[in-house]
Amino acid sequence: MTDLLEAPAPAPIPAPVPAHEEEHHGPTGILKWMTSTDHKVIGLSYTVTSVIMLVIGGIFAEIIRVQLSTPNGSLVSLAQYNELFTMHGSVMIYLFAGPFAFGALANIVVPLQIGAPDMAFPRLNAMSYWLYLFGSITMLSGFFTAGGAANFGWVAYAPLSNSINTPGAGADLWIGGLLLTGFSAIFTGVNLCATVFYLRAPGMTMFRMPIFTWNLMVTAILILLAFPVLTAGLVMLYCDRHFGTHIFSVAGGGVPVLWQHIFWFWGHPEVYILALPFFGMVTEIIAVFSRKPVFGYKGMVFATLSIAALSLGVWAHHMFTTGVVLLPFFSIMSLLIAVPTGIKMFNWIGTMWRGEIWFSTAMLMAIGFLITFLVGGLTGIYLASPPLDFFTHDTYFVVAHFHSIVMALVLGGMAGLYYWGPKITGYLLNETIGKIQFWFLFIGTQVFTIPLYILGLEGMPRRVAMYAHDPQWKLLNDVSTLGAILIGVSTVLFVVNIVVSWKKYPAGDNPWDAHTLEWFTTSPPPHHNFYRLPQIRSERPTWDYNHPGHQAAPHGHHPAPDAVPADEVPVP
Amino acid sequence: MKVEAKILLGLGLFFGLMFAVYWRWSIEDAGGVMMFAGMLLCLLPGSYYYWWSRRMKARPEDNPYATQTQGAGVVGAFPGSSIWPFTMAFGAFFVVLALVFGVWFLVPGLFLMVWAMFGGTAEGRRGGKV
Amino acid sequence: MPSFGASPGATSSSRSVFHLWQWFSIGAVIVGGITLLLIIWAVLRYRRKGDNIPKQSQYHVPLETIYTIIPIIIVFALFAGTLVVENKETANPRTNVTIDVLAFQWGWKFTYPGSNALVYGQTTQDPVMEFPVNTNVHINLRSSDVIHGFYVHAFNFSRYALPGVLNQFTIRAQSTGTYFGQCTQLCGLYHSLMWFRVKVVSQSQYHAWLQTFNNPTAEAAAKAAATATKQQLSTLVPSKQTSSHGDN
Repeated sequence: MTDLLEAPAPAPIPAPVPAHEEEHHGPTGILKWMTSTDHKVIGLSYTVTSVIMLVIGGIFAEIIRVQLSTPNGSLVSLAQYNELFTMHGSVMIYLFAGPFAFGALANIVVPLQIGAPDMAFPRLNAMSYWLYLFGSITMLSGFFTAGGAANFGWVAYAPLSNSINTPGAGADLWIGGLLLTGFSAIFTGVNLCATVFYLRAPGMTMFRMPIFTWNLMVTAILILLAFPVLTAGLVMLYCDRHFGTHIFSVAGGGVPVLWQHIFWFWGHPEVYILALPFFGMVTEIIAVFSRKPVFGYKGMVFATLSIAALSLGVWAHHMFTTGVVLLPFFSIMSLLIAVPTGIKMFNWIGTMWRGEIWFSTAMLMAIGFLITFLVGGLTGIYLASPPLDFFTHDTYFVVAHFHSIVMALVLGGMAGLYYWGPKITGYLLNETIGKIQFWFLFIGTQVFTIPLYILGLEGMPRRVAMYAHDPQWKLLNDVSTLGAILIGVSTVLFVVNIVVSWKKYPAGDNPWDAHTLEWFTTSPPPHHNFYRLPQIRSERPTWDYNHPGHQAAPHGHHPAPDAVPADEVPVP
Repeated sequence: MKVEAKILLGLGLFFGLMFAVYWRWSIEDAGGVMMFAGMLLCLLPGSYYYWWSRRMKARPEDNPYATQTQGAGVVGAFPGSSIWPFTMAFGAFFVVLALVFGVWFLVPGLFLMVWAMFGGTAEGRRGGKV
Repeated sequence: MPSFGASPGATSSSRSVFHLWQWFSIGAVIVGGITLLLIIWAVLRYRRKGDNIPKQSQYHVPLETIYTIIPIIIVFALFAGTLVVENKETANPRTNVTIDVLAFQWGWKFTYPGSNALVYGQTTQDPVMEFPVNTNVHINLRSSDVIHGFYVHAFNFSRYALPGVLNQFTIRAQSTGTYFGQCTQLCGLYHSLMWFRVKVVSQSQYHAWLQTFNNPTAEAAAKAAATATKQQLSTLVPSKQTSSHGDN
């Protein structure tokens, strides 16, 4: 907490930016929150809401794990179990991971990183948040209806999701909630694209944007490509349920597999919509705490773009076992995604290499991300191969694979909260509690996922409430449940940390000696973000300003010609 | 503007290539149609940006040697606070509830949405320039 | 070679899948091991000791090229192995035994075209599918309502039973025994209990078993079972879309 490494250099005062502070005589109290169009307030609302969703989804997960700790689990009924895992998946994917990735930290950080006064469309941004909040309420309110919440799995495969097999309001509320959050995501995508394209500060060329902003821009493009497909699919599903159309039902001449095509055409890009923002967070954090520029910056950008490009052509690797898809095409496309992902992994290692690594909580979480993501990424490669997918499809191997990935994302998200939290609140979190939280989360994740891999290989199918015929699976399930409890403890520790360090450790403008523009302004930033901006001559303007003479250089070279100090800028 | 255009055009061309390969060998149409639409969704704004990038001077944010003073002036309109986003979303909430609990929810839903549309537009005309 | 948690299984293609699994795992362990060692080395070796600013190196083009090219080579090697096993698994050889499998909420019905044999069971009644060892067995897989997953762990294989689609595949069991099977695709309330068994027997035992369906009592039992499934069958629509191979 004490070794604040800020080293302000006596450099010339930079030119003022156009975004001047305005006097606002807006409303106060709760109305102030409801009417705010400030991207920082909206981002904070997103953060709090999505973390609450993480806790709700986590409670469902703990119930599921306790149910599975005995072969004839009787904590909940079969019907309740179906509702629980459906809502666990839905809450975690639709209401936590997505909004946290592209709504929460993105909203706060992207305008700051590119030197913008706000998002391009502040009111649209506010509407995104309210749509997300109302969508979450809609989806969760299914639990309070007579028939219970949706129970067809978070993928809602037709024809299980039709009105005969799943009557009741819970399923409709699920569709309605998803429509609202889907529109919220689309609007956020539009907003992020426009912000990045039009509101960058002078000198902030595309290839000087921080990797986090790059990843969010690519995420926004993917949102615009993928989410309309989901929304259209949901409308079709609703029409099948209530207006007597037969788009997904065999009886009327429809094709059930069409739902899977539509769902996964959204669903696989969605995986990268979730993952890319966290990749960006980890990239920033590793670079800052290693005191080095991002290794292979341009390679990183092209890797992100190629992940986006390939992600539109891999959806049917979720459908290999349907027997009606083009196997080799989807197999090679899915395998190829491993290449840019590998480039990213080696770039992260290259960033740490010969650096000066400071083990703050954020950095520990980022390292935890690297290791967990390595496990999840490598086991994903198996699933791109149709024969191995036939073998492991719908078993706990798949469950373990994507839980390794999403738990890596949770580690990355925690890293982001510890790293950017001080910027938005003005106060640091307690590092000791943070490090204890890291060890609970990291060890808990491995204890939770690794038994699931073995269970999957032994043939335990997913979405079963009991495994009476194979009681020997109890031991591994118990270990996994223990891991889930450790993860739960880590979440409690996070809340404890917020309470304990409430307004206790003032952060200052730049507590981490960071690289990017958001650390150039105050913590928390003023309305419209910046009183002044430095000259932008690389993707690390704040670092260049604080450490003149330490610009990034290619291997064995002197600083690149366009990275010369600010006061030597040739004006064209 | 050139880099933005090239990213979108590049993605669009790649989706077009994937579409061609997939359409040739696949046995279903939905995926091909969605990929083709994805291609259009990238090519359309991409070619628009490209067209503009050839006709405009490099903006300060595209100039690697720009100074902060070059960005002086009005950036855009950024309203300080507004109730209309909340009103609009609250209306949308009721419209979605109409899907589940009955058509009468459309009445408050559509009323709120239309009200928010007019209110927001009128507010937008007043501005709030930065 | 170590098994990496998988097992060779009981059919000819399950063995190919197992070997592919081993090759993938060797690749994963080598790549993952090297990467993990690099992470651990970087973390331990380069921890911060003072207030130094390290050399700000950002690009190393030869190194970056190497770690782009090597994964591409690995990926194409994995793809080649995948294609070999996939073609073997989805091949359509001459078959001697055909079994029609119908999945429904929440059970299975096995019929043997050309004989009176019919096996039917709901949830934990465990219907038993019987077929001879070392024989190509052709499976016609259908569903009468929602999507189900036909999964036998010992075969290292699963396939969806889709409504309106006829899914076909061939199994060649290489050892006798009784194997547990289960629905793997969420199909509603009793999904957890949608069990069945596969019994692989010798050729003579199989024919003896088929004969048991030809006496009148067995026929009556089979008819009763068929009536029980009538409700389910009435919703089955003649298949429009067929597929036998993944890569058609």
